[in-house]
Amino acid sequence: MIHVRERTAQEIRADFPIFARPTGRGKPLVYLDSAATSQKPQSVIDALDTYYREYNANIHRGVYEIAARATEAFEAARARVARFINCAPGELIWTRNTTEAINLVAYAWGNANVRAGDVILLTELEHHSNLVPWQLLAQRTGAVLRFIPIDERGVLVLDGLDRLLDGCTILSIAHVGNTLGTIQPLDRIIPRARAAGALVVVDGAQGTPHLPVDVAALDCDFYAFSGHKMLAPTGVGALYGKRSLLESMPPFLSGGDMIRTVGYERTTFNEPPWKFEAGTSNIADAIAFGVAVDYLADVGLGWIREHEKRITRYALERLTALAPRGLVVYGPRDPEHIGGVLSFNLGDVHAHDVASILDTEGVCVRAGHHCTMPLMEKMGWHATARASFYLYNTEEDVDTLVSALEKAARIFKL
Amino acid sequence: MEDFYRDYILDHYRNPRNFGHLENATVSAEELNPLCGDVIRMDLQVDDAGIVREVRFSGKGCAISQASASMLTESVIGMPLEAVAKLSKDVVLENVGIGISPTRMKCAMLGLRVLKTAAIGSLAAWPDEE
Repeated sequence: MIHVRERTAQEIRADFPIFARPTGRGKPLVYLDSAATSQKPQSVIDALDTYYREYNANIHRGVYEIAARATEAFEAARARVARFINCAPGELIWTRNTTEAINLVAYAWGNANVRAGDVILLTELEHHSNLVPWQLLAQRTGAVLRFIPIDERGVLVLDGLDRLLDGCTILSIAHVGNTLGTIQPLDRIIPRARAAGALVVVDGAQGTPHLPVDVAALDCDFYAFSGHKMLAPTGVGALYGKRSLLESMPPFLSGGDMIRTVGYERTTFNEPPWKFEAGTSNIADAIAFGVAVDYLADVGLGWIREHEKRITRYALERLTALAPRGLVVYGPRDPEHIGGVLSFNLGDVHAHDVASILDTEGVCVRAGHHCTMPLMEKMGWHATARASFYLYNTEEDVDTLVSALEKAARIFKL
Repeated sequence: MEDFYRDYILDHYRNPRNFGHLENATVSAEELNPLCGDVIRMDLQVDDAGIVREVRFSGKGCAISQASASMLTESVIGMPLEAVAKLSKDVVLENVGIGISPTRMKCAMLGLRVLKTAAIGSLAAWPDEE
């Protein structure tokens, strides 16, 4: 069974041309930073190339053949991405990324609905992109921020949740934490937020790449995610919003394409989702996003999840064996509850030095605060190194990581 | 890059010279490396003739930033403050004696930037960008 899966991961690697190239030092590329951005399969790269070579044209306007083909491909990609998270195409807005999607909610829905004294509930382990937009909304409106606390392992403490939800207007929460990889128990949190009457926003940047996501089953109001973390190009993301909310809320950015009629004094707006897509969209990247979710669906999110659990379990075993050299792994340390992310430190070696030495062996990891500075401060960590796994990683990648860590321990005489 | 982590660098990292604060500092500055969040503070005591008599640095960071800052404090004691304000990246490169990769140049230059900021009295440019 294991051999069959391993062969499949090897087959998957063959679809990603970057793995065929050695690093500048002539080492094979061991890419363990997919939580920052994923690599791209040939089919996604080809989709970009084909669009620009064969039917580059603006959408929703041209009457000529290639414009019609571009419009059709663009809207077909929307339908594919919508199906991927189980919503209607009319409920999926293209954005630049997760950050822009969250900002869209904070500005368009937030400005229209949030009043002084309202409560915006977040958690203590949010990425800056699911914290700063709400801080600014609170400053604009006089709302207050509350945080669901975490314990020493970085797991949410839900004992006082109903009290925190009391009087709450918005709950915004990451589906999967980006620093510790914690999968949040949304099935236990969202129903209680609903009962309290809060708008539920999910930051799915680390969710959609790794877990089967069904926004209808989650019963959230908004779900924000990025293409580039799930095999698509950078520069395209998406926001799911419940149809009734998208119809009632005002637009975010304004200009061309999002209008129905424009006069010198007054404008009527296009219907959702186009009402929220001002200006020429990122056509090529959106089309490639559709190809990326096809690739993921083809492999199967269930397979990806099981594969990541297996790699994570193996990495935990191997890293734990380095404890005598001073290696410490943070977070829940249970593959069932983490989405392919491990944060760690090696003795008194700074995470940036660890990452630099790993780089000499072709191993790419992230080092620093992972855009979660409040979490790092709360946990008393100055910086951590982070290895994150995806469908193309293998146990051999983990072995290379471990031998590179042993090299770092040797250099630093641990 | 692995060549960088030589014994004297690791010694400065684990046993930083002139580490701490100066109660009676004449000038001080504190800045962070936005890349990694590392912060370094420099306190300088300058005599009436404008000569740096004592330096202390504090902060937490990688071996490159800490060792560079530690060695730098040894370089500037006895130097006129005006000369500190004009120091170039070469002082750091000569101190560490080893090539620094472009991705880690900011780590190496953080201590010097903070020192120059203290000497100038306003935020100094990154020494590697001057």
